[in-house]
Amino acid sequence: MPWDPKIIQQDGDDPIADLRRLMDKYGKGGGRKLGVALAVLLGVAALATSYVQIEPDEVGVLLRLGKFTDTLGPGPHFRIPFGVDRVHKVPVQRQLKMEFGFRSSGGDAGPRGPTTYAAGGPDVQREAVMLTGDLNVAVVEWIVQYKVKDPYDFLFKIKNVDETLRVLAEAVMRIVVGDHSVNEVLTTGRQSVATESKILLQALADRFETGVDIQQVVLQDVNPPDPVKPSFNEVNQAIQEKERAINEAHAELNKAIPRAKGEAEEALRNAEGYAIERVNRANGEADRFAKVYEEYRKAPDVTRRRMYLETMATVLNRAGSKVVIDDVAKGMTPLLRIDGVRDEVVGPASQEGKR
Amino acid sequence: MKSFGAVAVILAVAAVVVASSSMYVLNESEQAVITRFGQPRGEPVTTPGLHFKAPFADRVNRFEKRWLDWRGDPNQIPTKDKKYIWVDTFARWRIVEPLRFFQRMRDERTAQSRLDDIIDGETRNAIAAYNLIEAVRASNRPFEDDESAARAEREELEQVTLGRDKLTRMILERASVVVREFGVELVDVQIRRINYVHEVEVKVFDRMISERRRIAERSRSEGMGRAAEIRGEKERELRRIRSEAYQKAQEITGKADAEASNIYAKAFGRDPEFYQYLRTLEQYPIAVDGTTSLFMDANSEFYRYLRSSAKQR
Repeated sequence: MPWDPKIIQQDGDDPIADLRRLMDKYGKGGGRKLGVALAVLLGVAALATSYVQIEPDEVGVLLRLGKFTDTLGPGPHFRIPFGVDRVHKVPVQRQLKMEFGFRSSGGDAGPRGPTTYAAGGPDVQREAVMLTGDLNVAVVEWIVQYKVKDPYDFLFKIKNVDETLRVLAEAVMRIVVGDHSVNEVLTTGRQSVATESKILLQALADRFETGVDIQQVVLQDVNPPDPVKPSFNEVNQAIQEKERAINEAHAELNKAIPRAKGEAEEALRNAEGYAIERVNRANGEADRFAKVYEEYRKAPDVTRRRMYLETMATVLNRAGSKVVIDDVAKGMTPLLRIDGVRDEVVGPASQEGKR
Repeated sequence: MKSFGAVAVILAVAAVVVASSSMYVLNESEQAVITRFGQPRGEPVTTPGLHFKAPFADRVNRFEKRWLDWRGDPNQIPTKDKKYIWVDTFARWRIVEPLRFFQRMRDERTAQSRLDDIIDGETRNAIAAYNLIEAVRASNRPFEDDESAARAEREELEQVTLGRDKLTRMILERASVVVREFGVELVDVQIRRINYVHEVEVKVFDRMISERRRIAERSRSEGMGRAAEIRGEKERELRRIRSEAYQKAQEITGKADAEASNIYAKAFGRDPEFYQYLRTLEQYPIAVDGTTSLFMDANSEFYRYLRSSAKQR
């Protein structure tokens, strides 16, 4: 049988062969008993081959003498027995899934549990290896989800629907990936690759009359080939480094600028302070001078002398050592040891000074 | 009675056998060529359902009516630009003239192997006549990133004159002409997989690695460049801020100095000589401290009075 036994159940064997077998078995005996037994057997067989049950997620395609006559919805159905009517069950409601580049186990079968992924054999891995538009290699894993939308096409238009669909999906993914650069496939273009391949796959599936509705194409892991992986990571790392360098520079900038601004403000305030001080002092000094001058003008000579004397008094008071040179002592001056001048008294004038 | 029953049974069996031999059921997916003693009879039967034939003499040769798939063996082919690749093709075909198909091919398996020869050959011709890029790309769609290959290289990649679609159509057209001879219709040839031959793959991987390195290096140097730019910007800002502050401070200071100068000039201008005198007197004590040795002429003003007063005494 060409059908995939997983999806389609074909029931009822060749009725004529059945009949022959029965006749071989009971033909020689003859008699009434045999006739009754035969009739009962026939009845049971008729009943057994006429009942068919369609599950909720299925549809039954009824062939009468090989000819498509009807589709049966979910529920119990009776048909003409002995293989005159044949029913193919197609799971139209069920969402079917194909995996490329990997095989999940435990996803479909068994109770809901975490799906485990296996890398699969070399043949499975080869499904995922493809050329990108810039002639690089990418490893793309993806799944295709689909439903049967036309059971008639699905059954009678194309042989090996499943296989054909697989091959189509592989071809389509390669067409789309072949039109993207490896970078796009790995990063920004993922979504558009998935969308484009869904559209293209649907178009091809329709052209091939598979009777299938492509629901979704979902990209799973998309990777560079293993030998190239480290260098792709290096690129990511380099991008991180780049950002870090920029961030650090920005941090430096942000650290330095406000501080410099503050310092500039400080310098300005300082200058302003200086300006105020300078003008104030000038004004003060000018005032003072004006006052002194006012008095001085009243008696210039006396004031001058007084001031001089006052100053000299201060000066003399401060100076560490004083040498008063009289005319008499003038000749001795060159003999003085300058470094030892302190407290030495030379000449008669000094005596006067010391007094 | 007993013999009558036996005869009845025998007759019934014979009837069933004859009936079953004169009837046949064609499925939706089948078509048939009827041969009588090996000689084809009439038009092929393509409609599904119950059909009749001459018992025993006629034979029903059933053929698929559905689309059939053909899958080629992966083929190692050099492209025009001397890149060795594995090309894996598949096709869709069906039997349109069952009689001719029956005569030429006999069965599907023979047909598959004939298709192998024809399509593989045409694939080889088509692939070898063009650069690899024509088989890989479908359009001249520009890539959105500018990261990978260098610009010049990239432009070369974007020059796709044919594309995969036209290439496969070319294979299809050439192959389908030949195949029509067999009563077969070929409607689609698709490239399922293209992969580099192992030795080429190694080289491609090397190229990818070096390309990645280049990108990584560029990224790093971009980072450093940008950082340097920012640092330069920082330096510029610092200098601007500082110099502006300096300029303003100098302005303020200068203005204050000028103002002070003006004030002083105005005040002291009334008697510059006296001012000098006053200033000198003011500065003098400042210039003298404990370490200063003072040499004084007894004739100096300071002492003059002493002396004169002493004389008077």
